[in-house]
Amino acid sequence: MVRLLTHNLLACHVKGCTSNNFPLQFQNAQIELREADFNTDFLKNFLPKLEWKALVDSAKDLGDTSLPLEQPEMLDDEFLKNLHHVLLEIHVEEGSMTCPNCKHSYPISNGIPNMLLAEHEIG
Amino acid sequence: MSRPELQAPPEIYYGDTEAKKYTKNTRNQQIQADMTYRALELLNLPPDEPAFLLDIGCGSGLSGEILDEEGYLWAGVDIAPSMLEVALEREVEGDLFLQDIGQGFGFRPGSFDGAISISVLQWLLNAETSHPTSSPPHRLNRFFTTLHSALRNPSRAVFQFYPSSDDQIQLITSIAQKAGFGGGVVVDYPNSNKARKVFLCLYVGGGGGQQQQIPQGLDGDVVEDGKVRFEKRRARDLRKDKNGKRKSQKVIDRDWILRKKELYRKRGKESVPRDSKFTGRKRKPVF
Repeated sequence: MVRLLTHNLLACHVKGCTSNNFPLQFQNAQIELREADFNTDFLKNFLPKLEWKALVDSAKDLGDTSLPLEQPEMLDDEFLKNLHHVLLEIHVEEGSMTCPNCKHSYPISNGIPNMLLAEHEIG
Repeated sequence: MSRPELQAPPEIYYGDTEAKKYTKNTRNQQIQADMTYRALELLNLPPDEPAFLLDIGCGSGLSGEILDEEGYLWAGVDIAPSMLEVALEREVEGDLFLQDIGQGFGFRPGSFDGAISISVLQWLLNAETSHPTSSPPHRLNRFFTTLHSALRNPSRAVFQFYPSSDDQIQLITSIAQKAGFGGGVVVDYPNSNKARKVFLCLYVGGGGGQQQQIPQGLDGDVVEDGKVRFEKRRARDLRKDKNGKRKSQKVIDRDWILRKKELYRKRGKESVPRDSKFTGRKRKPVF
């Protein structure tokens, strides 16, 4: 149940891995689409928190190219619909996420990413 | 029985059976729900704004379900895979992560509008190995600093937990303060042994002139759910004689005796009397 919503907030937390540790790259991702309730207010509130480039890139990795490369100034309905779909309806079920910096891989099984670290990786 | 956190680490204590048992228990569900509502109240989120929350130690999603109902979007972390499995079965809406909160979070700064955590912090107070990173102060420190950065400014985090001593509260609050949090401890029903609940109410930001007030703990009488209090205790006391010992159970009938004897034989107890036609027969009155 990793959605791009939370993936966009997630950076690597291995000890000493502080720069270039975001976004985590999906590998062998199997996705599932599940409908979710559309909530305009939430999307508008959430927009400032997003790293736009990371979101577009990760969406592309998962095979969705409905988002524009630049974050548009005007929020029209179609854009919000697409954003809603990308953020909340694409679930990554299997695969893994890899940190671009330290190459730590967080396996995803059954929709739950395993964020546990080994003893020497704890900061 | 001693508290669960003293028996085993959480990911082991909440194995498959315990996770199912915990989630199915209606009393647990009720208590969890009450505490979640109270935590949300303490969180004091602005109304009509769909917030994105973090549920720390979400377990099987008992509190997550309430967040769903209240219209919040949330992400949950827990260290027990079995609990998360139950959460998947119950089809909660939030995103789940298998994570040890003592190792810290990797969330980007300002990710969440608030955090709640029900009955979790006490699990951080036990060291599992002798490695320096598993000492409680180190784990608490790592937890609070990474949580502080993951929360928006201003926002709140509310933790319900079961401290076993005042020293533990002291330790937790001092580390939280060092991590940059303001706030303090709220105790609901301080005079009731049963209903007493400790909440740690932490603030990010909100300083500078208008200091955020720590909310008042609930006080007064506890509303019981229509049951007479101490009923159980009275029933138990009735079974005791005047010396406070349990009354020995009366011999019931012949079948009962035979069953008992059979059981003793099966357990390998020696000197179990033979069964005969006299077994369990009433004696004649002495006169």
